[in-house]
Amino acid sequence: MKTDTIAAIATAMAGAGLGIVRISGPDAVFVADRVFFEKGGRKLSETKSHTIRYGEIREDGEVIDEVLILLMKAPRSYTREDTVEIDCHGGVYVVKRILEAVVRNGARPAEPGEFTKRAFLNGRLDLSQAESVMDVIQAQNEFALKSSVRQLSGSLSRVIREIRAELLHEVAFIESALDDPEHFSLDGYSHRLKVIVNNVAGKVEKLIASSENGRILKEGILTVIVGKPNAGKSSLLNSMLGEERAIVTEIAGTTRDVLREQMNLNGIVLNVIDTAGIRDTEDVVEKIGVDKARQYLEDADLVIYVVDSSTELDENDFDIMDRLVGRKVIVLLNKSDLHAKTEEEELRPFLEKMQNGCKVISVSAKEQTGMDELYKAVKDMFFFGELRFNDEVYITNIRHKTALENTLESLSLVRKSIEEGMPEDFYSIDLMNAYEELGSIIGEAVEEDLVEEIFRSFCVGK
Amino acid sequence: MSVGEKMYCGNQNRVEETYDVVVVGAGHAGCEAALACARLGLETIIFTVSVDSIALMPCNPNIGGTSKGHLVREIDALGGQMGINIDKTFIQSKMLNRSKGPAVHSLRAQADKADYSMKMRQTLQETKHLTIRQAEVSDIVTRECGENEIEEKRREIIGVKTVSGAFYHSKAVILCTGTYLGARCLTGEMISHTGPNGLMAANHLTNSLLLHGIEMYRFKTGTPARVDKNSLDFSKMEEQKGDERVVPFSFATDPESVQIEQVPCWLTYTNARTHEIIRNNLDRSPIYAGIIEGTGPRYCPSIEDKVVRFSDKERHQIFIEPEGIHTNEMYVGGMSSSMPEDVQHEMYRTLPGFEHVKIVRNAYAIEYDCINPNQLHATLEFKKIKGLFSGGQFNGSSGYEEAACQGLIAGINASMKILGREPLVLDRSEAYIGVLIDDLVTKENKEPYRMMTSRAEYRLLLRQDNADLRLTKKGYEVGLISRERYERICQKEKWIEEEMRRVGQVRIGAEKRVQQLLEDYGSIPLNTGTRLTELIRRPELDYQKLAPIDPERPELPEDVAEQVNINIKYEGYILRQKKQVENFKKLERKKIPEDFDYDNVPSLRIEARQKLKIYRPSSIGQASRISGVSPADISVLLVYMEQMWFRKKEEVKEGKNGAEI
Repeated sequence: MKTDTIAAIATAMAGAGLGIVRISGPDAVFVADRVFFEKGGRKLSETKSHTIRYGEIREDGEVIDEVLILLMKAPRSYTREDTVEIDCHGGVYVVKRILEAVVRNGARPAEPGEFTKRAFLNGRLDLSQAESVMDVIQAQNEFALKSSVRQLSGSLSRVIREIRAELLHEVAFIESALDDPEHFSLDGYSHRLKVIVNNVAGKVEKLIASSENGRILKEGILTVIVGKPNAGKSSLLNSMLGEERAIVTEIAGTTRDVLREQMNLNGIVLNVIDTAGIRDTEDVVEKIGVDKARQYLEDADLVIYVVDSSTELDENDFDIMDRLVGRKVIVLLNKSDLHAKTEEEELRPFLEKMQNGCKVISVSAKEQTGMDELYKAVKDMFFFGELRFNDEVYITNIRHKTALENTLESLSLVRKSIEEGMPEDFYSIDLMNAYEELGSIIGEAVEEDLVEEIFRSFCVGK
Repeated sequence: MSVGEKMYCGNQNRVEETYDVVVVGAGHAGCEAALACARLGLETIIFTVSVDSIALMPCNPNIGGTSKGHLVREIDALGGQMGINIDKTFIQSKMLNRSKGPAVHSLRAQADKADYSMKMRQTLQETKHLTIRQAEVSDIVTRECGENEIEEKRREIIGVKTVSGAFYHSKAVILCTGTYLGARCLTGEMISHTGPNGLMAANHLTNSLLLHGIEMYRFKTGTPARVDKNSLDFSKMEEQKGDERVVPFSFATDPESVQIEQVPCWLTYTNARTHEIIRNNLDRSPIYAGIIEGTGPRYCPSIEDKVVRFSDKERHQIFIEPEGIHTNEMYVGGMSSSMPEDVQHEMYRTLPGFEHVKIVRNAYAIEYDCINPNQLHATLEFKKIKGLFSGGQFNGSSGYEEAACQGLIAGINASMKILGREPLVLDRSEAYIGVLIDDLVTKENKEPYRMMTSRAEYRLLLRQDNADLRLTKKGYEVGLISRERYERICQKEKWIEEEMRRVGQVRIGAEKRVQQLLEDYGSIPLNTGTRLTELIRRPELDYQKLAPIDPERPELPEDVAEQVNINIKYEGYILRQKKQVENFKKLERKKIPEDFDYDNVPSLRIEARQKLKIYRPSSIGQASRISGVSPADISVLLVYMEQMWFRKKEEVKEGKNGAEI
């Protein structure tokens, strides 16, 4: 149905020795030719279908990776469209760079499930597979939405909301004046709008720049450390990171907010969140932290549950355990350097409820013992496929960046219209496009926003 | 047994007549609906509670305005009446937004209300196959008609009954009851159970509709006072004149015939004193006192609303507009209100020029019954009741023009159905009418709906200047446009195309007379030769201005030259919108069968499934505009429909093979 060209990463992102970026659509070969360079200068477009070429992926003269490239002309491909597969060295960084290069050169990041959808709509898949295709689309979409909303940092979505509100207000003003020219004058407005557009474009540029360094979304396995207060969660985070990032005291309830850190465990990216100890509390600030901790617990890919083995299990522990049923959990009996009051035996009723089993490890975050065993457990879970890895985040990041770049493009078109002396009604077209692009990042559709804003902010009508 | 039928069966002493189409209501929607049906040769009867109030304008004395002017032009291009009649009865005319882009130019004409109403009455009277009848319709009468597998049983219309018991058989009924259903008017504490302007309300039909399971809404709107012209001091107001050269609404009107002497409007302002009086009496406003239950339109706020919601505004503009030539009444635009009479007296008197004002008719708010329009197909036929159509304020819209265009479409589609022909559905890329109807039937509508240019996403293509090019051929196919008008539009298309091609090839050298002309218009002189199109695109120049340096230019009508100019000047933007339209059309073309069973589609989210079952969209495109249906749900639907299609193809194949054996 859609006939543009899409691209996505086709392999699991971490731990794999090989990465594949797949491009599909009428411009697949054209796009690939712009980033793929073969010795001798032969172009992919001159290559026969179903052959493999060896060369380099370059962007702006810089070599990103040596790759094998596989060309499959329509209809003899998975999607029945022209398809190019770029096989590169695995590793998160390289695969992402290649996908970004492809997107910058004319492909669009694929929507969730889009390759499968195309394969089906182009008659490639068997009828009996239709149902699973629909499931894949819906599941991947939910996953994408969830990961997007969940991992979009609060400050970023705030900035995007602010920019959107600003853009919408301007469009609403223009539209009010078009709708009710006898009440609202646009004299001199274009100068004012130009200043605003420049200012907004500056903000978007900053967002793009910051998305180059820290990703917009936190990539990796969302690993949440929970436990009752003073179980030693922050100490654990510090010893995992090998540095003092969290403030550790003997006072229960020291960590009131959540701390996020990213760590790399032999190629597996963990996005670790240290939470406030979960307990019933009257302290307002601490309570917010506790609520957040519960929220993260809901979203986690992996939960590390820290038990203070030097104390007995109490109702806070039972509360946490209730929330862990059905999740991927590693239990740490911390403070193994102290006299143990709680051992695996005490956890027995809980462990029985965990259907898929649950590893229990004795550690001392303070003495750094047992940590290797913890890392091994995480790696095992990952490689044996127990941990579902959130690949969607990578492509979501690229989608977001593309949306930001499109926003900037729309804003520059507004500027161009102003400079060329176009009438004001032309501005709102591109301003609205920018508004929509930004909305796609925070998952908000346009719907009736504009009409609402016109009525909210301007006194229009008879 | 039919609903309603039982009651009349035993009674033989009644009037009983048969028509093809019954139209209920003779306002702007009803008139267009009835004219369309009768002109297509169908025996049509139009009911009104008062024959003297045909095509009444109970609120503002003007037709057109931003985006509404577009609607009138579209009505005209399809073969409707509104444009032709206002051209004959206007007393002032203005093209709004002239300094802006062509997409938002909008025509607005002050009407002589009495004249307009009389003109429309004459038009109805002179139309063959059309009967005018004063009576209140109390019931729609239907019977069962087969079973829809998916929904509950469906019904079909067989006629209507009036309060007096008369029965009118018909193949289609078009409801255009405007603001008359269950109407009540409010002026402060005073409440009267009447329709607009003190006319009789229609109090019976709502019940019959409810019995048929039709979901009703209660909306509200309002109108300002009419004041005596002789009591106003115009020296304290600003005069508002019409355009020097008037552009007619109708493409069929001779432009010379509308160059008449015009009547001015006047501008004055509210002030701190006005606002103070309103604030001091808010507790006596039925809206703020909570007496009014209906939902009012935000774009047509009462002066109370404006003062409360925009409290930082020091003054509001008030336009004083004549109601006609033969009346002393002036409409106080911008000051609709439901305040009590004494407060009205006090507040109007604060306006400059209104010191000694005499009120002829009080301002009032009106509440009325209308439907949730999601019960309609885009053809304006009820999904649940075959042959029952509706248009206008009854459908939850507001405004004469919005009403008229729906009436026209409902009339056309009722006729197409009876004649066994394809319905006329305009989509969002073809007409403002398409946007309006799609919004009504697809989106959640919680207040009277008004057209706005910002609602049309492809507005660069939907201009008032090209409504004829967009729609005349459709009007001709339907049968409401004459052969002559059709041929004229074909000729116009040809001229535009040829001239565009010619201009595209014209090169202009940097000669002296060229530089001189550029200088005259303050345009930068040429360094080297360029294309004529490049010069046309300069903001300070246009196609017409460059005539002196384009010696090969053929003599062309003004409207052809206008199209050439716009197409060249805004080519980049127009091309972009055309591309968007292509994508839009792809989804519109994917039709969803009427009896599609959403419960059979796996993986649809619950919210989407519920919404789709309520709205029953006719295409994937329409489905994608329903709030609560996500892009992933749309993908799922596409995959499912593809699978259905394959299955059908397989079955056909197997069937054939079987036959061969």
